[in-house]
Amino acid sequence: MHALVQGVILGVLTGGVYALMASGQTLIFGIMKVVNLAQGAMVILGAYLAYQLFVSFGIDPFLAIPITTLIMFAVGVAVQLLFLRPLRREDRSELSLLVTFAVALLLEGFMSITWNTSYRSINTGYENASWTVFGYQITQVRLWAFLLSLAALGLLFLLLNRTRFGRAVRATVQNPDSARLLGVESDRVAALGFGLGAATAAAAGSVYGLLYPFNSGSHYDLISRLLSIVVLGGLGSVGGAVVAAVIVSTSSAIVASTVSPSWSEMTFFVILMLVLLVRPQGLFGTVGRGAL
Amino acid sequence: MTRWGLGRGGGFFLVLVALPLFGLQHWVVNLLVFVLMYATMSSAWNLVGGFAGYPSLGHAAFFGIGAYTMALMFHGDVLGSGYEPFIMLPVIALVAAAIGVPIALVSMRTRADVFAIVTITFLFMVQTLAFNLRSLTGGSQGISLPIPPFDAATFERPFYYVLVLLLAVAMLLTFGALHSKVGLALVAVRADEDKARGVGVRVTGVKVLAFSVSVGLTAMVGAVWSYYESFIYPQFAVDPLITIAVVLMTFLGGRATLWGPVLGAFILEAGQQTLAYRLGGSQFYLIAYALVFLVIMLVLPRGILPTLEDRLRMRRRAREVDGAQTPAVELLASDEDKVALPHGGRP
Repeated sequence: MHALVQGVILGVLTGGVYALMASGQTLIFGIMKVVNLAQGAMVILGAYLAYQLFVSFGIDPFLAIPITTLIMFAVGVAVQLLFLRPLRREDRSELSLLVTFAVALLLEGFMSITWNTSYRSINTGYENASWTVFGYQITQVRLWAFLLSLAALGLLFLLLNRTRFGRAVRATVQNPDSARLLGVESDRVAALGFGLGAATAAAAGSVYGLLYPFNSGSHYDLISRLLSIVVLGGLGSVGGAVVAAVIVSTSSAIVASTVSPSWSEMTFFVILMLVLLVRPQGLFGTVGRGAL
Repeated sequence: MTRWGLGRGGGFFLVLVALPLFGLQHWVVNLLVFVLMYATMSSAWNLVGGFAGYPSLGHAAFFGIGAYTMALMFHGDVLGSGYEPFIMLPVIALVAAAIGVPIALVSMRTRADVFAIVTITFLFMVQTLAFNLRSLTGGSQGISLPIPPFDAATFERPFYYVLVLLLAVAMLLTFGALHSKVGLALVAVRADEDKARGVGVRVTGVKVLAFSVSVGLTAMVGAVWSYYESFIYPQFAVDPLITIAVVLMTFLGGRATLWGPVLGAFILEAGQQTLAYRLGGSQFYLIAYALVFLVIMLVLPRGILPTLEDRLRMRRRAREVDGAQTPAVELLASDEDKVALPHGGRP
């Protein structure tokens, strides 16, 4: 029982971070129908940037987030302009899978040259501090990470629901053709949307770097989790991604704490297959178009 | 056309069979072994990714499943050394197909991008299992296979010829797909699955059949590879780079063509080995590879063969039109031809 509750606590706290990563990915899918296989690599690049800022200038990873998100926003826009925009519309969704896979490899190669392949971690001095509540351990840094993710998701929500740009994004997700007819510049929305997805990856990356040691190959661990989450939530649904992130991360934490950590990776896949059996469009997805 | 095609195929395989008899150096035969491996896997991938339009990103998982099944058969004393493992290859294909069928049944219920997601997730799950199931796979320590008892001077030959055979099987299946109702059904699935179902194509059966045949072939290549290497590690047996190489080769040569994947494999695997050799183990290799990939996707999204074919057809049409002095009425009548003309018609 103790292990179970501890698993739930850990899972929910970690789920917040995954929610942040996955929200960017599902947003990119919603806008462009592009499954971004480079999202994991972008998260790790964000983690490396936070690491570098901490090591070189002593900037706390939490405070570095505005800087890293700006850099990654630019990276995301560049990737969209250089590699995704030139694809022809009719085969964009199929080719974009492969193109973003190649981008992931490109980023991995770049990271392993810049920082070599040994594992890095950000040692702030507070990463091991924890509170004990009713006998359950709550690591402070995980709690902060959770709260930060909530704040970032809140910002994203405001951006999507309270601004002109957000309205253009939502219109594009719901019906790209009508949106274009009504004067939404879909190319600009696509570029900025990809940048926004990369920016959420950067914010999540800072936190990821605090929680786990990472190297350039770590994005492979992330990508299958992120993909299961976005499919479970319904491709294109940001709210769905958040709920799915918490579900997936909690159940895998429970499996890790009660059965064995080796099998927790399996949880993602099993959940994914079950969801596809019962509800192929995901929890909050619609059959035709994504919903935000 | 068919006779010419038959001659081309026969000639190609005659050259392949004869090649090792010319006393090639070991590194050349070794290179050819890898080229054949990738040519077979690309042809196999083409059946699903090219014809049916379901881009599987999980084929490397089945390569690994084949490799580990072979290793486990040795450890369970099911197999002796020598040529026996080659005879067991069909069994390994069946194992992989048995694993592939439920995955295809579930994941192909959705669109192509979700299928890609499920297969890539499957790939990483298999990799994690290969690392974690230490009692079975040896974990990151790897697992050893008996060293094949072949003469050192011609060590590669048995593997080489088995792979030539597998490539022939893969290409025959592709040829069958190009000239049969099953192939037609696959193309219909790619073009518009709902309409295909509407006109009575047994969509699900055809898709699952293509997927299981494809992963079966891939697993056999994995099994040959593991026997050839005699020692396998999870990160090489279940490697996302294998998936991406296979996909890239098919795209480079031309999807849904007979020779495209083979051509792509001959160009890229040779190039890749050179790149890996030149740039060593350094990560510049990864960057170079990714850049090649991106350039191919952006410059030749349809692949070499379809692009060439179009060029040839256009030129032939232009010549026919010029030579025959076709009356203007006829030119106007065939709208399609007019569009295809390179100069937009005669002056």
